[in-house]
Amino acid sequence: MNRPIVDARGLHKHFGSLHVLKGVDLTVAERELVFVIGPSGSGKSTLLRCLNRLEEPSSGSVVVDGIDMLDPRTDINHARQRIGMVFQSFNLYPHMTALGNVTLALRKVAGKSRAQAEALGRAALERVGLADRAGHTPGQLSGGQQQRVAIARSIALEPRVMLFDEPTSALDPELVGSVLEVMRSLRESGMTMIVVSHEMGFARNAADRVVFMDEGAIVEAGPPAAIFESPAHERTRTFIGQIQRH
Amino acid sequence: MIQSFFNPEIIVASWPIVRAGLLNTVLLSLLVVPLGLVGGLMLALLASVKHPVVRWPLMAWVDFFRAFPPLVLLILLFAGLPFAGLELGGFVCVAIAFFLNTGAYYGEILRAGIDSVPAGQIEAARSTGLSRLQAIAYVVLPQAVRNVLPDLLSNTLEVVKLTSLGSVVAVPELLYQARQAQSLTYNPTPLVVAAIVYFLMLWPVVRLLSRLENRALAGR
Repeated sequence: MNRPIVDARGLHKHFGSLHVLKGVDLTVAERELVFVIGPSGSGKSTLLRCLNRLEEPSSGSVVVDGIDMLDPRTDINHARQRIGMVFQSFNLYPHMTALGNVTLALRKVAGKSRAQAEALGRAALERVGLADRAGHTPGQLSGGQQQRVAIARSIALEPRVMLFDEPTSALDPELVGSVLEVMRSLRESGMTMIVVSHEMGFARNAADRVVFMDEGAIVEAGPPAAIFESPAHERTRTFIGQIQRH
Repeated sequence: MIQSFFNPEIIVASWPIVRAGLLNTVLLSLLVVPLGLVGGLMLALLASVKHPVVRWPLMAWVDFFRAFPPLVLLILLFAGLPFAGLELGGFVCVAIAFFLNTGAYYGEILRAGIDSVPAGQIEAARSTGLSRLQAIAYVVLPQAVRNVLPDLLSNTLEVVKLTSLGSVVAVPELLYQARQAQSLTYNPTPLVVAAIVYFLMLWPVVRLLSRLENRALAGR
């Protein structure tokens, strides 16, 4: 196994009286694609959000690319540039063009000049197949295009790992393919990816490992074939049965 | 009628006085509107701090200055503070009173605007490494202002009208000058002129506001 890029240990998260993560360990190697599946409310999104500290874990440790994310001395804004995140609802900035969305952090955080940022931004849009939409605002783009711009916004910062939080759940079925296509090409370029999603077909042929979570804990993990064909736990079997009926 | 309300000679004679007042009203507005906006922005940003140590005093502050009549506030500053040994000119008193009063109003409007921007916007910005302040400045505020533009404009209209309160503390703005001209000429014509000037100055803003409000309704 390559050296781990993400090393999370003993993660607990409480929301008031709700115990959402109950001691989760997750290690992800360089260039690995890990799929996290599980019923809604199982804590998979919270786990993802703890990795870049959008959510503050109640206890545990998170090390990403050698940086202790929970150390108060860590410059979190600097660290977050290495961790791309793609959201279910895209969260593009509606008052900016696609290029503006992609270049904002390049200019304000990475300290690039406008010309440098625009060159990098256009290259990132090119990678997601939207070079010709640079001047469009999110309102003028389809859901699939918006999500691809959101991916471009992350990859423009050259992250070491990308987190996908249900990237296709808000999309009409016919638009899902274009987003998965971009994710597949990212994978081929060697990007380390952690994906929370129900796209089982994609998981089957692209994931190195599938992690099944339920009630705030990891129930089992393994290669997609093993998890999908012969899960060890009853809960996994039930869940996989349920989603495959759809 | 015409002799006492629309007397042409008096219009001509009093115009330089009234015009000086108009100029001061414009200058006063150019001072108190930005002042109120800055005060409001500070309050709105503080409102995003949910800690009770910030939250309760902030709420008390905003409630107090929204409930307190601005005229009373102004007179208190102008006529009350000298008894505490602090003699501020009418102009400074107007500036302070407007900062406190209109700041509280602008603050509530901007806070509503900031609240109208989905939390996912800040999360997306922060996930790319923007600091909290950068996320607010580049991502949240532009959307917040656009969402409450009609309310901001409507409040600004009120603020410009309220500058006439300056006449009470001898700030030579439009109303004060018109009253001067009235007592010099023993004729209310200058007051009518001032009223028309106010209307001509603010009517385009009212029209713009209506159009914005209609567009906001249509966009819903």
